[in-house]
Amino acid sequence: MDPKKSFVHPYIPNSVPEVKEMMLREVGVKDADELYEDIPEELRMKRELRLPRPLLSELELKRHVERILAKNTSCEELVSFLGGGCAQHYVPALCDEISHRAEFLTAYAGEPYEDAGRFQALFEYESLMAEILDFDVVNVPTYDWGQAASTSIRMAGRITKRPKVLVADTLSPDRLAVIRNYCQPVLEIELVGHDPKTGLLRLDDLRSRLTPDVAAVYFENPSYLGFIETQGQDIADLAHAKGSLSVVGVDPISLGVLKPPSQYGADIACGDIQGLGNHMYFGGALGGFIATRDEEKFVMEYPSRLFGIARTAAEGEWGFGDVAYSRTSFDGREKGKEFVGTAAALYGISAAVYLSLMGPQGMRDLGRHILQKSRYAVKRLTEIAGVGLRFESSPFKEFVLDFSKTGKSVAEINRSLLAHGLFGGKDLTGEFAELRNCALYCVTEMVTQADIDRLVAALKECLKAGGGER
Amino acid sequence: MKIPKDSRLRNFHQAKWDEEVIFELSNKGERGILVPEAEPEIQAVVGDGISSLPPNMVRAAPPALPEIGQMRVLKHFLRLSQENLGADLNIDVGQGTCTVKYNPKINEVLASSKKASALHPCQDESTVQGALQIMYELDCFFREISGLDRFTLQCSSGSHAILTMASIVRKHHEMRGEGGRRDEIITTIFSHPSDAAAAAVKGYKIITIYHQPDGLPDIEALKEAVSNRTAGLFITNPEDTGIYNPRIAEFTRIVHQAGGLCGYDQANANGILGITRAREAGFDMCFFNLHKTFGTPHGCGGPASAALGVTSELVEYLPVPLVEYDGTRYFLNYDLPKSIGKVRSFYGAFPVILKAYAWIMSLGGRGLKEVAQVAVLNNNYLLKKITAIKGAASPFKTGKHRIEQVRYSWEDLYKETGITTHQIACRMADFGFHLWSSHHPFIVPQPFSVEPTESYSKAELDEYLDGLRHVAEEARKEPETVMNAPHRSVVHKIDESTFDNPTKWAVTWRAYLKKRGRPPK
Repeated sequence: MDPKKSFVHPYIPNSVPEVKEMMLREVGVKDADELYEDIPEELRMKRELRLPRPLLSELELKRHVERILAKNTSCEELVSFLGGGCAQHYVPALCDEISHRAEFLTAYAGEPYEDAGRFQALFEYESLMAEILDFDVVNVPTYDWGQAASTSIRMAGRITKRPKVLVADTLSPDRLAVIRNYCQPVLEIELVGHDPKTGLLRLDDLRSRLTPDVAAVYFENPSYLGFIETQGQDIADLAHAKGSLSVVGVDPISLGVLKPPSQYGADIACGDIQGLGNHMYFGGALGGFIATRDEEKFVMEYPSRLFGIARTAAEGEWGFGDVAYSRTSFDGREKGKEFVGTAAALYGISAAVYLSLMGPQGMRDLGRHILQKSRYAVKRLTEIAGVGLRFESSPFKEFVLDFSKTGKSVAEINRSLLAHGLFGGKDLTGEFAELRNCALYCVTEMVTQADIDRLVAALKECLKAGGGER
Repeated sequence: MKIPKDSRLRNFHQAKWDEEVIFELSNKGERGILVPEAEPEIQAVVGDGISSLPPNMVRAAPPALPEIGQMRVLKHFLRLSQENLGADLNIDVGQGTCTVKYNPKINEVLASSKKASALHPCQDESTVQGALQIMYELDCFFREISGLDRFTLQCSSGSHAILTMASIVRKHHEMRGEGGRRDEIITTIFSHPSDAAAAAVKGYKIITIYHQPDGLPDIEALKEAVSNRTAGLFITNPEDTGIYNPRIAEFTRIVHQAGGLCGYDQANANGILGITRAREAGFDMCFFNLHKTFGTPHGCGGPASAALGVTSELVEYLPVPLVEYDGTRYFLNYDLPKSIGKVRSFYGAFPVILKAYAWIMSLGGRGLKEVAQVAVLNNNYLLKKITAIKGAASPFKTGKHRIEQVRYSWEDLYKETGITTHQIACRMADFGFHLWSSHHPFIVPQPFSVEPTESYSKAELDEYLDGLRHVAEEARKEPETVMNAPHRSVVHKIDESTFDNPTKWAVTWRAYLKKRGRPPK
């Protein structure tokens, strides 16, 4: 690019030299540099930023980015058995249609008048989530499950005014790291053990740790390791008896068939909406929800936006707006509850479309379908010599396979599966000391029986090959 | 009020569908989408699945979701979208501090690729080299743009980056044995509320520096505030007033001398790209909001992303993993023993990251500077014209230039007519405009915040100015029209009285039904 040549960029209409001249004159300066009079000379850049040559034409830009993206191999091209907090579920065409609408995509922070649509759509998101969670309050989405769990725990800390939280030790290390950082130094996190056979929370360990300084017990259902925690009510009863709260993380896609946490004593539920009409995006399209009963002591502790419904000056007209805005940091800065800002609203709108399409029957059908598929996969996979199911508890869509009797490492097995066009389960080696040579498999509606049978055949072939690193 | 012939104002009316709440559309038995049945052999082998669940965990009553045919669901949400005014449709300069600019459609096309959307975060690294390359190169771009040494793309928003900076500050002082003593973060009143709020989440006491009559933060107050309890300074520059603090390097020096770290809130850096950098101003950390300065859409409030950068001394505290490149392959590096851990699951908001990468690639170094200069020119053009409107003013440093935005005041108009900035904003909606007041507290009385960015043509800026002029004039001539606005937007004046009343507020439809009963059909 000739630096002397004028530079008119399609994204910058007033880069046209004549227009710029006219505006500079209007403002009363000769040069745009004069507008920066407040920036001291020694802080000014004396050279142009050293960035790659710009791809000024849209065509060149498209070619360039597509060439880079072509280096990726997606789960549409291969078959994926990966889960662990992000999973491939079917995204209905309507979800993409709506979330790509310019009116939603490019809106931000308009008033409930000219932006009535987003207020209503997100109110409906809250309302639809409330039905599957069987709770009366749900927030406008936060970043992800990790943030939702962290905030739920901090809410519990403020409600009980206690300094410690007990967390099931079967959480993913990824999520636990988020929670730990978010709570430190205000809340102490203590882990509660699990039964090595079932994975279920050890109630005796919970009992011994439930001291009067415990704000809440946090566990997930289905757990990161896939099994369904059946003792939810017992955990809640134990917690409540000591004045603690029960906080439960949940995969909302399971709630067509599984009981929601509110029905086994949870005070706060949280989780992620990625699976509800949002693509995986390399783990980048997450959205966290928090849900509670409609009690002032809970509602006033949410940091998030809560959109409520109201009437307007016109008969029969619905309007929407912020409920209890004064609790937010927008209103009170550091005196607000935690902080609020841009998070994951558009994914909430996709989730609203998803749940509206699915309806009660769709959620039940999907839950059943996933249960059938995952059970079939467990059955076929554990028929392979040396491959075992690590926990005997009932799974939902994920389960842990133990390969330690096969003589091969998970890394080695997954390399071999990749050559067969399969993404094998997530390697848990290194995540949990007791799960060396174990892998977390995820089976959703996206895999067919033929895919599972292919996985079984590929595993058999790989394991037959013998040898291997340990 | 009649619109004069030479005005650019439109005879606008927003789409108004009087659309039902989605639950009101339910008809028992209707289906929006069907789920495939598992293959017959699977059903034969494992049965219905549900009966294999632990009995105490089976959901008894199905969730009371609405039952609606597919086309009606589509129509419902399309209508809601029409009742929303995205930046693609309006001249979205009235949301100061937020840098609402053009979000190129090509970037949406690129991000819709299955090669981006259908990637699982735990795929073998060999199958995500493209994704990692984009993250790595974007890190390198930001190093150059800021002068700092390393970036993480894990933060999900500007506020989230502030939380992460506070986490790094805490870790830094803990490693030096001063974690307990250094318990104060200093910020300024014209920095974003999250600079105070997100730092407080990490247990910090917040000291807020106010401004002097010229609008600049009071350096004497800073000198008094720093001590051996100072953990750090979180500050924007230019602040929400659009005034660049020329003594910023002195600010960072004062805090460094007291032993604190300096974090630069560059959520909005649109006016100074290629003009001045965090490094030269003495900052240890800075962050950029990709959904503001770097051209990615705001999505009604996310997904978003902030790139957080640090000097080499602080790299070891960044959240894991970092994306590395060894000359032949890109990989994720978890080997940072002193890391604060994680602030988000996986690696960051990848679709946002990808769009910001494409945006920078379309502009290059010279283009970024052009963005900044035109944004600043547009802002100063508006400044001149808005302050010429009777009743509008730009408090502080009158007559001087501003960087990318200005916090104006309708105080004079309010004194004259009793019309508030909120009422003016409601009336602006009648012409297809959005106008925002300001964060709380309202330091500037009757505030409004305008930031034109580089995206709007002079003709569009003139149209917006006509809107402001017209409504200000109306406030004098027919104040009722302004007080009762909006008239041609989606809904009429909302009865906000229920929103702070626990017995009446309703955050969900089921809560509304419980409290207020089923509305008549």
